[in-house]
Amino acid sequence: MEIDPFIFRLSIFILSIFIGYYVVWSVTPSLHTPLMSVTNAISSVIIVGAIIAGLAGNSESIFNTSSIFGFLAISLAAINIFGGFLVTQRMLQMYKKKKKDK
Amino acid sequence: MSANLSAIFYLISGVLFILALRGLSSPETSRQGNFFGILGMVIAITVTFLSIGNFSSGFIYVLIFLLIGGLIGTFIAYKIPMTAMPELVAGFHSLVGLAAVFVAISAFLNPEAFNLGSPGNIKLGSLIEMSIGAVVGAITFSGSIIAFLKLRGIMSGSPITFRGQHLLNALILISIIVLTYLLCSTQSSNLFWTLLAVSFLIGFLLIVPIGGADMPVVISMLNSYSGWAAAGIGFTLENSALIITGALVGSSGAILSYIMCKGMNRSFFNVILGGFGATEQSLSKDNEKKPVKSGNAEDAAFLMKNASSVIIVPGYGMAVAQAQHALREMVDTLKKNDIKVTYAIHPVAGRMPGHMNVLLAEANVPYDEVFELEEINNDFANADVAFVIGANDVTNPVAKTDPQSPIYGMPVLDVEKCKSVLFVKRSLSPGYAGIDNELFYRDNTLMLFADAKKMTEDIIKNL
Repeated sequence: MEIDPFIFRLSIFILSIFIGYYVVWSVTPSLHTPLMSVTNAISSVIIVGAIIAGLAGNSESIFNTSSIFGFLAISLAAINIFGGFLVTQRMLQMYKKKKKDK
Repeated sequence: MSANLSAIFYLISGVLFILALRGLSSPETSRQGNFFGILGMVIAITVTFLSIGNFSSGFIYVLIFLLIGGLIGTFIAYKIPMTAMPELVAGFHSLVGLAAVFVAISAFLNPEAFNLGSPGNIKLGSLIEMSIGAVVGAITFSGSIIAFLKLRGIMSGSPITFRGQHLLNALILISIIVLTYLLCSTQSSNLFWTLLAVSFLIGFLLIVPIGGADMPVVISMLNSYSGWAAAGIGFTLENSALIITGALVGSSGAILSYIMCKGMNRSFFNVILGGFGATEQSLSKDNEKKPVKSGNAEDAAFLMKNASSVIIVPGYGMAVAQAQHALREMVDTLKKNDIKVTYAIHPVAGRMPGHMNVLLAEANVPYDEVFELEEINNDFANADVAFVIGANDVTNPVAKTDPQSPIYGMPVLDVEKCKSVLFVKRSLSPGYAGIDNELFYRDNTLMLFADAKKMTEDIIKNL
């Protein structure tokens, strides 16, 4: 009997939850805010679904109801990707160590 | 590009996202981690373009919409003040949620594009996954909007409760399950829209009863939801990058909510069911007449100048008053006089996990002078002065002594063990928990009634 591909996706999912669990516990509490903004940015990888949806229209009608939702989702996810990574960058740049030569 | 090859690239970008989170284990590696995250995203987007391979006129519109979003995002990222970070994160969560809903709608209307069957005849598994993604996405969206409005101060931060609230929520949750079942058996688009509408409603109702100081839990929880929504869509699209990311973000948010709940010694359900502080006000009545020592900037400056070590305890009040820069200036002056200064951060200080750390980092406070509760709590006994600026409940010794108190058992900073405590606060009003802080009436406490920023600036003048 063949194994349904769904089971493989489920395996990836469950194992990733465990990876997430151990990785996130090792995040230092002082970086919890950047953690939230970066998880925000990476969860916007949902943009891949939005791109597929946006490009699904045929050449005569680029804009149908389905692709319009796709295009809107592209913009929403793009706000998050750019905003999330850049604001994380901005925050992380502020974390400095004590200067030795005081 | 073949489907197998693109699947491998999606896996690579998933791994890069894991490394992005791993980098945050210390500030030194964090910038590199962020770079891995960006790289993972670039790979995922590029591979998607290549695998579709259709560079027709639609492609140009994809780029246009991508650019519009990118410009808005960039603009926000550079303009936003650090004190507004909690509402920014809440706002971003709402966008992830809405994007998940839109992708689900798109997949429902045009399943052929995603290889999910045809309209009215979508594969059952995909339809279930899609519904889960859409429901969780919708809850994330409307919940985050409410969180955003509360954090921004557009909506009152106090809990909004009404009779029958829990019953109503329970009914709506049951109806979501029933609707999902009916949708899967009939494939009716009307049911799909109803399901979305009901999910938006429940997201709204779930967050409305939760008060301002519980926002650290709410934000973390919505963070988690946005991950589960992404994972749901990932299953629909059979995309491993999305599944991995969704699982990472989902567990990350769940862990953060757990840490925040533990920081308040409350169960997750206690926070989510809301209305904290509304019933406990009677407790504080009998304390009104107790004597309080209050002082001015001069007294505070005198005390600190003669101390050999000072511990600063910042709280949400510091964020509201934007006092972090003035505070750092004060500390610089103290250090010039060879006084040892450290910072003590309670896990739930502020409105989101790590809120105080970011503000102090913004004010150029080196992160190795900033300590978490467990690291520093024993040092209070050896310190001369505790300077509490904008914090309240997290210093209340009642949490250790009075089993009747609603905050009993909550881990608190032992500031009362210092030789003297300086408490910057605008009035004697109780904090979020609605209870009086015993610390105000202690002999070694000096109250400094003023705006946090103004008081700090006055102290600098007197040092």
